Amino acid sequence: MLSVILQDTPIPISANPVIETPEIVWSSLAPHLILILGGILLLTLVSLLRGKAPSWFHAAWTVVVAGAALGSLWPLWSRVQEDGPQTLIAGAVGLDGFSLFVTGIICVSVILSALLLEGYLRRENLVGPEWYVLMLLSASGGVIMASANDLIVLFIGLEILSVAAYVLASMHSRRISSSEAGLKYLILGAFSSAFLLYGIAMTYGATGSTNLVRIQQFLVDTVLIKNGMLLAGFAFMIVGLGFKVAAVPFHFWAPDVYQGSPTPISGYMASGIKAAGFAGFIRVFVVTFGGTYAQQWRPMVYALAVLSLLVGAYMALIQTNVKRMLAYSSIAHAGFILIGVTVATDKGTSAALFYLLVYAFMVTGSFGVVGIIGREGDGKHSLDDYQGLGKTRPGLALIFAVFLLAQAGVPFTGGFLSKFYVINAAVAEEQYVLAVIAMVSAVIAAYLYLRIIVSMYFAGADDHGVSPEMANPPAKKVPAGAAIALGIAVFATLWLGIVPDTVTSVANEAVARLVAFQG
Amino acid sequence: MELIWLIPAFPVVGFVVLVLFGRLLGKPAAGWFASAMVAGSFATTLVVFLDLLSTQSAQRVFEQKLYTWMPAGSFTATFGLMADPLSIMMCLFVTGIATLIHIYSIGYMRDDENFSKFFIYLNLFVASMLLLVLGNNLLLTFLGWEGVGLCSFLLIGFWHTDLANSSAAKKAFVANRIGDFGFMVGIFLVWVTVGSINYADIRAYAPNLAAGTATAMALLFFLGATGKSAQLPLYTWLPDAMAGPTPVSALMHAATMVTAGVYLMVRLNPILHEAGWANDVIAWVGVATALVAATIAVAQNDIKKVLAYSTVSQLGYMFLAVGTHNYVAAMFHMVTHAFFKALLFLGSGSVIVGMAHEQDMRRYGNLRKYMPITAGTFIIGWLAIAGVPPLSGFWSKDEILAGAFNAGPAGPVLWLLGLITALLTAFYMTRQVIMTFYGDEKWREDAHAEAHAGADEAAEAGDEATGAPVATAVAAVDHAHDDHHGLTPDHEPVESPWTMTFPLVVLAGFSIVAGVLNLPFSDKLERLGNWLHPVIIGEHHMPNAPVLFGLASGAITTSIVGILIGYAVYEKRKADPSKIELSVLARGWFIDESYSKFMGGPGRAFYQGVADFDSKIVDGVVNGVGKGSLGIGRLIRPAQSGIIRTYALGFGVGAVLLLVFVVTRMSL
Amino acid sequence: MLELTETWYLVLASLIFTIGAVGLLVRRNPLVMFMCVELMLNATTLTFVTFSKALNDVGGQASVFFVLVVAAAEVVVGLGIIVAILRRQDNADADDLSLMRG
Repeated sequence: MLSVILQDTPIPISANPVIETPEIVWSSLAPHLILILGGILLLTLVSLLRGKAPSWFHAAWTVVVAGAALGSLWPLWSRVQEDGPQTLIAGAVGLDGFSLFVTGIICVSVILSALLLEGYLRRENLVGPEWYVLMLLSASGGVIMASANDLIVLFIGLEILSVAAYVLASMHSRRISSSEAGLKYLILGAFSSAFLLYGIAMTYGATGSTNLVRIQQFLVDTVLIKNGMLLAGFAFMIVGLGFKVAAVPFHFWAPDVYQGSPTPISGYMASGIKAAGFAGFIRVFVVTFGGTYAQQWRPMVYALAVLSLLVGAYMALIQTNVKRMLAYSSIAHAGFILIGVTVATDKGTSAALFYLLVYAFMVTGSFGVVGIIGREGDGKHSLDDYQGLGKTRPGLALIFAVFLLAQAGVPFTGGFLSKFYVINAAVAEEQYVLAVIAMVSAVIAAYLYLRIIVSMYFAGADDHGVSPEMANPPAKKVPAGAAIALGIAVFATLWLGIVPDTVTSVANEAVARLVAFQG
Repeated sequence: MELIWLIPAFPVVGFVVLVLFGRLLGKPAAGWFASAMVAGSFATTLVVFLDLLSTQSAQRVFEQKLYTWMPAGSFTATFGLMADPLSIMMCLFVTGIATLIHIYSIGYMRDDENFSKFFIYLNLFVASMLLLVLGNNLLLTFLGWEGVGLCSFLLIGFWHTDLANSSAAKKAFVANRIGDFGFMVGIFLVWVTVGSINYADIRAYAPNLAAGTATAMALLFFLGATGKSAQLPLYTWLPDAMAGPTPVSALMHAATMVTAGVYLMVRLNPILHEAGWANDVIAWVGVATALVAATIAVAQNDIKKVLAYSTVSQLGYMFLAVGTHNYVAAMFHMVTHAFFKALLFLGSGSVIVGMAHEQDMRRYGNLRKYMPITAGTFIIGWLAIAGVPPLSGFWSKDEILAGAFNAGPAGPVLWLLGLITALLTAFYMTRQVIMTFYGDEKWREDAHAEAHAGADEAAEAGDEATGAPVATAVAAVDHAHDDHHGLTPDHEPVESPWTMTFPLVVLAGFSIVAGVLNLPFSDKLERLGNWLHPVIIGEHHMPNAPVLFGLASGAITTSIVGILIGYAVYEKRKADPSKIELSVLARGWFIDESYSKFMGGPGRAFYQGVADFDSKIVDGVVNGVGKGSLGIGRLIRPAQSGIIRTYALGFGVGAVLLLVFVVTRMSL
Repeated sequence: MLELTETWYLVLASLIFTIGAVGLLVRRNPLVMFMCVELMLNATTLTFVTFSKALNDVGGQASVFFVLVVAAAEVVVGLGIIVAILRRQDNADADDLSLMRG
């Protein structure tokens, strides 16, 4: 079966190898470099300062670094606008609108999570630079993944992203559930990585390259008579990427890990890591195998989307732990984004991008509030702990209500539009069943969000006194960093729902400029 | 006309100010402020209305574009407010009644600790309702729709704080979510086919709709309407929603919010015009709801529950009108119903306050002596809803029935069912009035016997089970959970303060004269018909004059007969003074017995059967949807065992399934 | 005599991969579970090398180095977490780590 491929491999191994180093346009790698160097520099600086740095320094540094990476996207964006998408480092990395957009989402997620983490760590007495270093490195992995134009680079990006995240999940040294979360995440993550890598190996065998553009070129030039190897590769890569985006049935880790991880980290996982995972998903399946081969993988992703929508919503209903509810709801959200992937159109991809951005704000904000309400020890997450919050902490309750309503998809919040766009993309491809299932899932999940709101505003707000749980309400003062983060998140959630034009047009532009084989 | 943005802006300002400074304003200033805001909204509506009136009838559409939303691809939604005859008419009566009910609430809620919070919710409700009505596209209407739903939800639980477990709120939520699902899918369908969600575009496009598509749209929106407007089979939440404070019941669950479904259907009349058999579905569901709810109302003893089922029944009339393309009659009845039902609810609230928050009519009697204004106005409301000319209810109901009579081959059947409903309506309202305002002062009975009755009564009527939240909520009114039976034999009812009676008098006045809005005697007198003419596609033709006259006579006769039956039943009971010594229970049974004797044994069994069906089967289905969802969750829960290896197994199974799938597609 | 074509190597790799995957499902010691993951990763590297040879392309062989580094990094982190758990409790049986469920 390999003979088919052999005749089409133009890269002979030279007898006298002269290693040519590829030309590198360093400026185009600015976001990657800023994040990596920012992380390493932070580690260095803190060891040099030996504890003389104030506790807010690490968070501030992280915000500045991620902000700088975010800022570096503007010149790159205009470069892409002018010169079109381009590949870097001998085609291993792609610079296009898509990668820049996802990089932006990851940077936003890092900024918000770092702001939330600052107050959280002080409260938990865990102050240290390593959290932020790991987060920056993990984010750089995400950025590499988003801009990967080679399956191996994608894999490496994913591992950089994940290995740092495994550590972050287990960093709350005083909570056993944090270690448990880390170990579960790691074992299942490694398991899934093996699947992904096996899938990559098969794809390599079937197409003769790991470079995505060259794979496209090969598939355009050659008709595969025997496609078994490639299809098996699809299946394995879906398993691996499905794990990263927490799609059912590869979702089992998500509720446990989100629940066990330090809360701001859960927010980062649900926003940044998910965005990177979807970037990989879209880059591989929609962009590379989007043409005739879409018929082969679409049913699989379709099944994942449907299962995620329903299982996520139904499982969320029966939870009593708010963190777990958010975890399951994030699975349902993944189902929505997978709809955008399934349709494999530009419309679907830009809808997915918009969804990821909105979701980044909503979910980081939600976990931010949960982290504050969790109080010292990060353990007060049961629904009862939210009783009467509307009375004791009206501000926090209101902000949380906004995030929850947005996640439920109430009009004039970003959550509504993001759902609208993906469903719209499905309808445009005449995937009516999918659209209806998505709406059913939204209706079921609405109950869940309302349940939390009801608990905050009604139960315990009795005139006969506050519920016993609220006898010890969370500290009155919201840390400054968290306040800023929540403010940004609320503003963005509403803003994206009311005047989405700028962002949607950017998302559309991003999809219009993709590194792809121009045949 | 540029002022329309002010209409919703007033209550929004009220909401914001009260959220920020409500506590500071205190009692009763917060209430007066909220009322002033709604009154300002009413005044603005009047100005806009007069402005519209002064323009040519064909040009009575004014859109105020606020901003353009979502330029996604080729799709733009221009968001704005729309003043046209339909929306301004809705605004007039919504703001008008809301103003009165705000004033009434100042008196009604005067002892409540959360006084300002109550007005926050009320103002938010008015703002949402106005958005629903004034929005120039489906999405704004949907937003308002959700907003009023939220307020309803908040206010049902206003006293009943343990809302998470309250069956009333759950039921309301499940029913409304099912409805909302229909609405959402409907919006999407409209958007996909029409390419816009603005009413003006829908109207322009409607004639090009394929019949199948239009039918699907109509049914989807009707599903939404059945949820919000409490129609079969989603009506069960409404009677339970009466757990909220009485002004809320009057404002939302009788006069305004529940009519949103009717408004939506009338607004979408261009689609209905193309929708074929969907209209028959609407008409039949409407008439069935009217009839079923009326029979249930006959078996109720809670003063508010009678009115609640009566509301469901009257909404059924409105859908009957919609289904027979008789939109003017639907809107007409909506307005008159708003007046007299708000009046009846507020009157019942006045009675409830006067009777130490007792809601069981079997413990009332002879209240006209103590509460003359309440009694007088309530009696006006009774005559109006019973359909006695020349009060408003007669005209609107007659128009619906006459329209139904003329609606195709099934028309006479619809008409007859509507007429039976009218008979029942007159009967149960007579029963209510007589039990409450006439007869003996039953609360003066021996308390022991009463307690005994309470116990038996719970066993007797399945419906009482769902009434439990109502009882608890009412008990909370005077913050006397431990003292449910605040009504002692030596209780002396007193008339309510003027803030409560003033709205009653105003509403009574309107209930009498609102009929002049649309009199069938000449084209010129059909003011409402002429007013709404520009927004309605597909004229409905009324029967000719002699038939109309015959039908009207039939309706009048039915009303009188209904009242007379009620009176006779009541008279018969009164004629036997030996019964007075019996326990309240026996007397309660006696009432039931007497009308079942009159209508024959099966009649009573039928009412009881319907009441049981309502409480057991229909409630069961609604609750079942909620429980079923939880059940699915529990079913798949074991997979999330917490053990890594199980997760890896799930993972592996998923991977194997995907592999199996690709193997079936391979060409090796 | 049988000729050892690429197919033999691929089948061997898939067998090793399956052994690794099944091993992870049946063993409860986290260390052994990591070893199973290593087995799976090694199976993929064998696949890469086989294809690299068949396609006459060095890319596949270069991938192996990356995979080795990644595997090492994962094990390092895994050992760290296991040590953290062992400092709190006596054993680190994978099945006992099921505080969070449902």
